[in-house]
Amino acid sequence: MSESFTPSITTTVEPISDAGSNRKMTLNMGPQHPSTHGVLRIVLELDGETITKAQPEIGFLHTGIEKQCEALTFQQVIPLTDRVDYLANLSNNLCYCLGVEKLLNIEVPPRAVWTRVLLTELTRINSHLVWLGTHALDMGAMSMFFYCARDREELLKIFEMFSGQRLMTSYFRIGGLALDHPRGGLEACRKFVQMFPSKIDEYETLLDNNPIWKSRTIGVGTVPVETLLALGATGPMIRAAGIPWDARKDEPYSGYQHFEFDVPTRTENDVYARYRVRMEEMRQSLRIMTQALEGMPDGPFQADAPKVVLPQREKMKTQMEALIYHFKIVTEGVRVPAGEVYQVIESPRGELGYYIVSDGTSKPYRVHMRTPSFGNIQTLGVMCEGGLIADTIASMGSMDFVLGDTDR
Amino acid sequence: MISEQLQENPLIAVLDARFPGIIESAVEQHGQTILYITPAHIVEVCTVLRDEHGFIRASSITALDWYPQEPRFEVVYLLHSIKHNLRIRLKCRVSGENPSIDSICSVWAGANWYEREVFDLFGIQFLNHPDLRRIMMPEGWEGHPLRKDFPVHGHKYDYGEGTH
Repeated sequence: MSESFTPSITTTVEPISDAGSNRKMTLNMGPQHPSTHGVLRIVLELDGETITKAQPEIGFLHTGIEKQCEALTFQQVIPLTDRVDYLANLSNNLCYCLGVEKLLNIEVPPRAVWTRVLLTELTRINSHLVWLGTHALDMGAMSMFFYCARDREELLKIFEMFSGQRLMTSYFRIGGLALDHPRGGLEACRKFVQMFPSKIDEYETLLDNNPIWKSRTIGVGTVPVETLLALGATGPMIRAAGIPWDARKDEPYSGYQHFEFDVPTRTENDVYARYRVRMEEMRQSLRIMTQALEGMPDGPFQADAPKVVLPQREKMKTQMEALIYHFKIVTEGVRVPAGEVYQVIESPRGELGYYIVSDGTSKPYRVHMRTPSFGNIQTLGVMCEGGLIADTIASMGSMDFVLGDTDR
Repeated sequence: MISEQLQENPLIAVLDARFPGIIESAVEQHGQTILYITPAHIVEVCTVLRDEHGFIRASSITALDWYPQEPRFEVVYLLHSIKHNLRIRLKCRVSGENPSIDSICSVWAGANWYEREVFDLFGIQFLNHPDLRRIMMPEGWEGHPLRKDFPVHGHKYDYGEGTH
């Protein structure tokens, strides 16, 4: 089939009356539309099938996580950060832990740092796989979803090996990791890294040779770069518009400066470009994972900070101090020096930032989560205007938002 | 008062020369610069930062509640310059009595939702905001949940008429 796919039957429908052709129609898309993958309402103002105005309404999933953080100790917040963005939970764990570690001024041992990099890149692939499957499903490419779900299964098994959980992992702790590597954990990662490149090729073959996919994504959902930036979009959204900003390169955290990788960018700034950027990002993630696996250091997996890190079970049986520290940490929590920090990392969706304020007690005074989906979704109105209703689905899918990440 | 380590910071020097007395204080914490600005001039400062210093986006806007201290609120602007790879944090102290500050939507369009969120959860008014409505909580919700005098479990469990 040729690239310029044109339907053979052209249909022109005569308006029933003159009054009908000029009438504007308001259409509520959502709050529960199958293609929003969550609760999002978009109020569309239509002229025929063309959108003249689109207004996204959020807040249906607001859980008050920021308020809850203020009632919990610093460690107890970690499981909550999982639930903010439930497809990139380890990225959220990492960002929060790095922020608190900065406030506490503690150093994390290399083994923990490397493991964190390894698993957050795995999280990126996980998140992109869900995005790819559901985005293609919205466009009618159903088998993509099954392929992605199949390969994601391998990846969830790795998470389960490391943390005992498939989704809400909470594997990172302030000062290191919850546990050391499980037996065969690294081996499973190695197998995945070897297996996965051929899968990416397979996905690309399926989609890039598909004329419907191409005609529905190329040239759809473009927004001027300045508008994108001013509205707060980050991540693959701006990288598909030619801005190579990536926190891993520009504000290195957790040892990313030691890894070699490229930041993929495109200039077309449409739905197709965002797809290309994410596919390339998965390859780069595999590259980082390979380096992390090769250079995985030995040694402790938690920082040498007895007042912060829970002692090992074995030590508690023989050392009184370990028992005391354990009791203090569990009952009272960790006292964090007063101050504030804004920690940024590159989550699969873009700039994820935790603004943490401590007043010197064991509970955070304020935790503000700068979540990437919130900024990205704000561009949806501009993106949809002037397009067709069907293009809204393509534009929404290309943003890869998670509603938990938007409403918090 | 500007701390000693920040005396040399070119950005602060420029702002101080341009708007004398506008910087109430400047500190550096964990390698990040925090400037306390007089609330009345926030729009001018943001415009200068955008046009002359490459701060083309506001990363986020949020607030802090120091109840029962006065001035009670701090509005926090997390600004980012992609061009210079630089972050800066502006803070404005706002009184607890009818808290209000000028909206910076005219500077960065993306401030719209962030200011709506602060309005919703802290009850701080943003003057000249194009569309200041609640964004997270239902329209009829009473109170502002992120205020420190709002209990974690909420004021009431009864979701009766008009609350949703």
